[in-house]
Amino acid sequence: MTTRPGRVIRFTLVGLRTHLLYMSRSVTTVLFTIATPVLYSLIAIYLSHAATHPARVIQASVAAGLMGIWSSVLFQSGTAFQRQRRLGVLELIVGAPTPILLALFPITLATAVIGAYAMATTVFCAVVFFGASITPFLSPLFLAAVLVCIVTLGFVGVLMACSFIMLRNAYALVNTLEHPIWMLSGMMVPLSALPGWLHPLSWLLPSMWGTQAVRDSVVGGPVAVPITIALGTGATYLALAVFTVKRVERRALALATLTLA
Amino acid sequence: MWRQVCARQSDAADRLAESAAIESANLRRVYTVRTGWRRRTTKEIHAVQGVTFSVERGELFGLLGPNGAGKTTIIKMLNTLLLPTAGSARVLGYDVVKHPVAVRQRIGYVFGGDRGLYDRLSGLDNLRFFAELYGVDPAVQRRRIGTLLDMVGLIGRERERVEGYSRGMRQRLHIARGLLNEPEVLFLDEPSIGVDPVAARDLRAIIKELAAGGTTVLLTTHYMAEADELCDRVAVIVAGRFKALGRPADIKASVVNDQVLEICARSVRDVHLDALRRLPGVRSVGVDNHSDGASVILVRADGTSNFHASAIRTLNDLWIIRVNTRQASLEDAYIALMSPAQGTGIGTQTSPVGPL
Repeated sequence: MTTRPGRVIRFTLVGLRTHLLYMSRSVTTVLFTIATPVLYSLIAIYLSHAATHPARVIQASVAAGLMGIWSSVLFQSGTAFQRQRRLGVLELIVGAPTPILLALFPITLATAVIGAYAMATTVFCAVVFFGASITPFLSPLFLAAVLVCIVTLGFVGVLMACSFIMLRNAYALVNTLEHPIWMLSGMMVPLSALPGWLHPLSWLLPSMWGTQAVRDSVVGGPVAVPITIALGTGATYLALAVFTVKRVERRALALATLTLA
Repeated sequence: MWRQVCARQSDAADRLAESAAIESANLRRVYTVRTGWRRRTTKEIHAVQGVTFSVERGELFGLLGPNGAGKTTIIKMLNTLLLPTAGSARVLGYDVVKHPVAVRQRIGYVFGGDRGLYDRLSGLDNLRFFAELYGVDPAVQRRRIGTLLDMVGLIGRERERVEGYSRGMRQRLHIARGLLNEPEVLFLDEPSIGVDPVAARDLRAIIKELAAGGTTVLLTTHYMAEADELCDRVAVIVAGRFKALGRPADIKASVVNDQVLEICARSVRDVHLDALRRLPGVRSVGVDNHSDGASVILVRADGTSNFHASAIRTLNDLWIIRVNTRQASLEDAYIALMSPAQGTGIGTQTSPVGPL
């Protein structure tokens, strides 16, 4: 398969449509993706007495939406190989002339888009049930920041999916990564609440910069810098995935793990 | 119309004289299995033990063998999904280890069973995705998908979700998927497994047409009649080694002088089978017990011996329903090859084995 930009974009879009359609037809996946962040946002709103502070409602809703995006990327991308393996299509993907990294990207991108359902739901709840203004959520900056979050988390998802190709029990590992990333990205609590020695770890995460961009976009802060850094760190994760995937693929072909359930 | 799908591209014609479609030299694959937790032990399973063969362009080649014989392992090494432990293999002149992408661009892979499709998507969505994945030119995708759907008889059902398809429909969709990139070599790994006789017949018709259109097909199957009907040549593989390789007629010839006596009877016991085995000239005795209490005893014997009367006499205390004699089939030859005492007599592989 050619890797001309036009074909890459076309494949990404067709792949995104395919996997988005496939995942969206799982009622369990969609319900889980939507329901959990709504619960988190309700808890955050009541804990911070945000009901009487519209600005806090917005902050809590956005944070819960971001948590939903990360959870979706983490669980769905982390287990992407396992899912394709269970469906029996992993061998067909690996055995296709399309580079495996390109074949994987639409899957992980779809998981991030599914995660955006969470953001849409928490924003909807904030506006309809807690009287938050819809205006900040309609600004191009907010939409751009969310889009950057989705794409960069998709990049992170590619790296995770590549790294987990050898793990048949990836679920066990992804479980342990959910809450730490929430914390380190400043989704659950402000970064200032974390010890200083953890901050460098946070800086390495595109999700932290994406979170900052989304937050700043709704409160009118500067968005360009966090968006740029989010894209930069996301690209670094993609480069790591490129470095990893060939080795992992070769190892999987040597150890015959592509079809093991 | 769909014969056009199988039309070979001009570059394939240019390479025609260069190499065989598939060449394998002393191909080996060892799986390492680890067991235990505290005391981990490692065991090596030699799935393929030095297989050498070649398949000419346009040939329909069958791999026959019992479960675990190494058929699928060979196919996966040839279609770049497994790295050989030793030896080498080339598909259309490209080394499967050094040039996997070149191989992948030119082959199709279809396997049997329910898996290998996105079941919550329609057949059409599946084909669209795999067409992109296999790099089919967008300008020809729509027409080719339509042609393939027509070929496999799924026109009108293509917008339904695959989860609602029957096994036969899924298998036909698999075939369509495997042909999206107009492969020069098609690997079919037990494509008719679990499908009903009518669907299996349809699949055989499709495979025949593909071969007639010039596609090289490597087929694995458990169904001897299928292999006999379809294949130009077959290889019988047992425990990772070829036991026979040749045209089905040649392999059948190894037992063509044998007589096969089928006796349908009730209340068959081991003592009867043992008595039959002791008769002069008898090579093998098998039995197939039916749920209604009847059994079909299969006696294969040296063609020169006159054992019919003595066989019937041996079973004189049984209620014999039917007796039938027939010529030996490929299945009889296969069973003979599986038998340790008699399996080395014909076509035993010499390396390398060329087309007969």
